[in-house]
Amino acid sequence: MSKLIFEKSVKGARAFTLPESGIPPAMVTEEIPADLLREEDPLLPEISEVEAVRHFTELSQKSYGVDSGFYPLGSCTMKYNPKINEWAARLPGFAGIHPYQPEETVQGALELMYELEQMLCEITGMDSFTLQPAAGAHGEMTGAMIIKAYHNSRGDTKRTKMIVPDSAHGTNPATANMLGYKVIEVKSDERGLVDIEDLRALMSDEIAGLMLTNPNTLGLFEENIREIAAIVHDAGGLLYYDGANANAIIGIARPGDMGFDICHLNLHKTFGTPHGGGGPGSGPIGVKSFLADFLPVPVIEKHGGKYHLNYNRPLSIGKVHTFYGNFGVMVKAYTYIKALGSSGLKAVSQNAVLNANYLRTKLAGRYDIPYNRLCKHEFVASARKQKKEAGITALDVAKALIDRRCHPPTIYFPLIVEEALMIEPTETETRERLDAFIEAMLEIDREARENPERLKEAPHRAVIRRPDETGAARNPILKWTPKD
Amino acid sequence: MEIKANLYYSDDHEWVRVEGDLAYIGITDYAQHHLGDIVFVELPEIGGEFAAGDTIGVIESVKAVADMHTPVSGTITAVNEALEEAPETLNKDPYGQHIAVLKMSNPDELKKLMTGEQYTAYCEQAEE
Amino acid sequence: MNYVPNPPWVVRQMLDTIGAKNIEDLFADIPEALKLKRDLNLPRPQSEVELRRELAALAGRNLSADDRPCFLGAGAYDHYIPAVVEQLLLRSEFYTAYTPYQPELSQGVLQTIFEYQTMICNLTGMDLANASMYDGGSALAEACSLACDATRRRKILIPDTVHPRYLEVIRTYAMGGKMEIITVPGKDGSADPDAITSMIDNRTAAVVIQHPNFYGNLETALRQIEKAVHGVKGLLIMAVDPISLGLLKPPGAWGADIAVGEGQSLGNPLSFGGPYLGFFAASEQLMRRVPGRLVGETVDREGNRAFVLTLQAREQHIRREKAGSNICSNEALCALAATIYLTLVGREGLKEIARRCHQLACYAKQQLEKAGLKLKYQKPFFKEFAVAIPDPRAANTALLKEGIIGGYELDRALLLAFTEKRTRAEIDRLASILGGIARE
Repeated sequence: MSKLIFEKSVKGARAFTLPESGIPPAMVTEEIPADLLREEDPLLPEISEVEAVRHFTELSQKSYGVDSGFYPLGSCTMKYNPKINEWAARLPGFAGIHPYQPEETVQGALELMYELEQMLCEITGMDSFTLQPAAGAHGEMTGAMIIKAYHNSRGDTKRTKMIVPDSAHGTNPATANMLGYKVIEVKSDERGLVDIEDLRALMSDEIAGLMLTNPNTLGLFEENIREIAAIVHDAGGLLYYDGANANAIIGIARPGDMGFDICHLNLHKTFGTPHGGGGPGSGPIGVKSFLADFLPVPVIEKHGGKYHLNYNRPLSIGKVHTFYGNFGVMVKAYTYIKALGSSGLKAVSQNAVLNANYLRTKLAGRYDIPYNRLCKHEFVASARKQKKEAGITALDVAKALIDRRCHPPTIYFPLIVEEALMIEPTETETRERLDAFIEAMLEIDREARENPERLKEAPHRAVIRRPDETGAARNPILKWTPKD
Repeated sequence: MEIKANLYYSDDHEWVRVEGDLAYIGITDYAQHHLGDIVFVELPEIGGEFAAGDTIGVIESVKAVADMHTPVSGTITAVNEALEEAPETLNKDPYGQHIAVLKMSNPDELKKLMTGEQYTAYCEQAEE
Repeated sequence: MNYVPNPPWVVRQMLDTIGAKNIEDLFADIPEALKLKRDLNLPRPQSEVELRRELAALAGRNLSADDRPCFLGAGAYDHYIPAVVEQLLLRSEFYTAYTPYQPELSQGVLQTIFEYQTMICNLTGMDLANASMYDGGSALAEACSLACDATRRRKILIPDTVHPRYLEVIRTYAMGGKMEIITVPGKDGSADPDAITSMIDNRTAAVVIQHPNFYGNLETALRQIEKAVHGVKGLLIMAVDPISLGLLKPPGAWGADIAVGEGQSLGNPLSFGGPYLGFFAASEQLMRRVPGRLVGETVDREGNRAFVLTLQAREQHIRREKAGSNICSNEALCALAATIYLTLVGREGLKEIARRCHQLACYAKQQLEKAGLKLKYQKPFFKEFAVAIPDPRAANTALLKEGIIGGYELDRALLLAFTEKRTRAEIDRLASILGGIARE
């Protein structure tokens, strides 16, 4: 087991040297009152450069990324992250610019952001975009703020409720709650789609809006989206598009044409930027023109070939990020869209859907697939058959996949499917990878019948066995403390 | 799964044991089983007044969280502080560990709750 | 470019397996009326050769602080990033990984987060820290929101010496309706402790103090404010510069309940304002209300040390509409950069960097005063201060003409920051140019 960096610390070892200052200490008087000074040094490691490098290299070897192998994590769009994008974001002219430099010294950055906004408008069918939100959930929050600001601007203050489907990501209800909305769940029907009659019954002049992913979290396209939009709009509500699943429809259908008023995109899902082990992401928000005045400040404007940041927007919700959002991520997404163009982006969604349906078709024999029909970029299988037959759960299947050097799918989500295995292969996987995954899944199913006890102990070949998560939550140890 | 005959039960899988005008409330074996390993219990404050159905606390497991409701109205007179240190006892002994004690303001509400027999049928139906 | 790996004949065979005539068949569930009947109006696809050319040209239209002395700060700082940080961040097992939901496959990522949490705790003197927030401003807004939840009160007092953009972010987050934000006018570039304490009452959820504050000044009345807010069972929230903690007494020692800040200085490039990282640390009493991810140490079934995401019942994917925050993705890779940075500079290095920044700022003050300028505020500072100048925009233009990225423009003053990258010669030039303007 890896020692912690603190446990490798050697008193006096170091890896950093300051340059000479050329200022003799006697020349300046330092002016910090003694009672403001730190009494004890912060407990940081003392370590040589080579040992620091080996430490983190070893930890990288105990991690697993898209570059390590197949990563069919449903709802997360773990596609290949092109390397040219990494190069671009690290250019000194991007990585080395200060957010408060004079506008005339950052015209290239502003142009890139402006053009990216324009391209996202075209891709989604929206009229204006902001790039400020730093993640999908941050975008959702910004969108919910715009919904609130819109209703308030019309003096329509009785809209205190937000509708989300029972299959929604947790961020949807959590976001609505952050904005002070009471969350109302709309049921899914027997086909896994929004139950239109239930929605109709829930609508009233107290509903601020409906937050929806399309395709939804079952990977199914909400075929009645126009009717859903009409129901919501007729009651004075707004329709919010959660872009988590946008990888299924780029170049094929657009949220703006479906009747959505606001939409977010995850640049780190749909547009090929890496997930970074949890972040940074980027969650731009697009709106129809009647909502553009509410977008966060500053907005980027172009006048006479020059770009500038406009803060003078009286109806704006304000700022959601200290600066302009995750610029480095924007550079990568911009590069990605430029690389693929219209035809390449359409091929992304076509192949994402092809790969998902290929897996669905080949797994359907041995795994239960509750809504087994044409899916979009992902589908939800279930281990309930294995559970019934052999006591093998979705968790056991996931752990057994780890032994086969494959990242498991998303498990136990969406909540409306028992023992859910949510599988999203993405477009960047070869048929050979997909076949190897299918082989692994069928082997696990065989093992479930022949040797379930071994499966319940999986993984056997990972760097650790199953960890005690209950113990971790009952007696939380959230930092290292020196022995003695 | 264990269901005791001499208790009252709510739809939300809470039990009530009555001693005079005091109601001891806890969660059922069914509830603890479905939550999984309980890791934390947030207890109400003593002196708090609640109506039947109000949330009086929160129970967390590793992968789930559930509100604890009171099936009867009243004022909290005591809480089971031992659960703060050892929440797992709710898994081991759900009927032996109450969560809070209320002085009931309307004992008639007990009539709306289920008997052990009714609750057994209720759980069987839920499992289908 | 094209990142779709299956050649057309393989696609054909896959379609046959599915039982689809063609790829369009796979979209039969989308109503015809909704389908886009044209190509997206986007530039044509480009090769890597073309991309390199275009991106390099765009980047070339920006003036990089890598090539120029930069005295801009105001929340984003031009600190040195060791080569090791940049190299290790390119390990693709780190940067192409998702959130470590599967611990057996993610021990490396989980351990780096655990080490990060420990370092943030040790820097800030707090009991626990989360795995990161979006940036300094949003971390502070979430801290205010947590304070309202934890105290069941609404009132947040914030001196106007806090970064004005942080204040704007907090106001936006307050749209949810649970926070009432009250700004308290500062005095001479510092928070006014008497004004703050006079406004503290038993409805006060928290007082927010930034230290050093937006103007670079140290807040010297922390003890008075801390006593007053804790006297009514409110919380003390501090926003701090992590580099300053090599030198300054940490928030934990001041009795802060929550400590947040912008962690960009720790190994992350300026990158036009993002991605940065908000660090978030708190006292143990607030553990179950902390937003975002937490990594905990445990053991596996053979008793070996293991790390897992823990206390997840706080988070949106489990608690849904009852969660205190909706945060999901964070800034994990930026936090990894901070972890590697703090490992490399180490215990002595961080102290030396902090002291050097302060020493350079003191030297700059001396040289600017010699050149006939005066600081706007006569207050102790750490690495940043405001120098009085009648026309800061003109001063910045003059500096830029000489190849220097100047300061942040305040009302009749320029806010100047001094990192360890600045040299004596650069500061001499700065003083001489600004002195020249002052004499005009």
